[in-house]
Amino acid sequence: MAFTLYSLIQTAILCINAIAVLHEERFLSKFGFGVEQGVGGFGDDPGVKAQVLSLIRSVRTVMRVPLILVNSASIVLLLLFG
Amino acid sequence: MDYTPTQSGFRQRKLQPNMRQRNSSADGLEGSQLFEDTSGAAHGLQTGNQQAGPQAAGFTGQSILSDPMSNLAMAYGSSLASQGREMVDKNLDRFIPISKMKYYFAVDTVYVGKKLGLLVFPYMHENWEVRYQQDTPVAPRFDVNAPDLYIPAMGFITYVLVAGLALGTQNRFSPELLGVQASSAFVWLIMEVLAVLLSLYLVTANTDLTTIDLLAFSGYKYVGMIIGVVAGLLFGRPAYYLSLLWCCAAIFVFMIRTLRLKLLSDAAAEGRLVRGTRNQLRMYLTMSIAAAQPIFMYWLTYHLIR
Repeated sequence: MAFTLYSLIQTAILCINAIAVLHEERFLSKFGFGVEQGVGGFGDDPGVKAQVLSLIRSVRTVMRVPLILVNSASIVLLLLFG
Repeated sequence: MDYTPTQSGFRQRKLQPNMRQRNSSADGLEGSQLFEDTSGAAHGLQTGNQQAGPQAAGFTGQSILSDPMSNLAMAYGSSLASQGREMVDKNLDRFIPISKMKYYFAVDTVYVGKKLGLLVFPYMHENWEVRYQQDTPVAPRFDVNAPDLYIPAMGFITYVLVAGLALGTQNRFSPELLGVQASSAFVWLIMEVLAVLLSLYLVTANTDLTTIDLLAFSGYKYVGMIIGVVAGLLFGRPAYYLSLLWCCAAIFVFMIRTLRLKLLSDAAAEGRLVRGTRNQLRMYLTMSIAAAQPIFMYWLTYHLIR
């Protein structure tokens, strides 16, 4: 299986894009990941679900602008160089 | 021509290094520069230092007066160089923590020998804890349980070379394949470390395992892979399977015993059954990290032995 570092970068961009496009209202609330069940307790043990939720939310917040830049750059590069 | 005994010995000593340095900086000039071609002096000054240039042009005939200019140029150049080096060091330290890396390479031969023995036969070792010294772990040189990066790095390089050798015996070798093998093994390593980091985050394990520690632990499997491939090359497929099986079991036990102390809570680490989803999740996590090692070992080597 011939992986290169370039394919790793591609995978990373695709995965982060996938996490960033999950919409809260339309999709996540169907799975019980909605807005109203947010941070919850500050107890000792957030649990896996709360961690996943905060991960998704933080990826959306932090990576929004860099993703825009990286995606536009890769669109331009792919158009130019195939 | 002019660096004659008319000048004092002190001046002459000071002038020699100047000329040598000007030789190294002014590449375009040919000829024996040691005999102070002063037009060469002005040329060297102009390439070296812009601000002293116009002033030096007026002094072309006088080697004595060109001294302070060349000194100035030298001082300016060397201060620029040291500033540049400082800036590079500071920025590099932000991305790759060099001081922390030095800890992982502080190994010696005895440690490497013992660690390799542990990786292949971990069943007799009893005390798996890392010794601490005032809140920082002891360097690998002094404690065989401490993770290091020397063995994984050497193992990776050796794996790439052995893979090239194995492909060569099957007449499938070409130099690009070495690069392909290296990059795909590296990518798998990075993905494994990222997956472990992600699962550690999801399970909220409060450990002191750093990323570099995880990199070190994931790199220990290269030793087993190399042993398997070399045995397969020397003695054929049954030997490959046997040695790979042995090394897989050894790495599995090694990882479980090492990670148990770091990931699980103290009570569970000692073997007592502790209820609670949290400990259960951590136990599953430890098991899956350890089980992923043999899978990767097989995955990365089976195509080398046909």
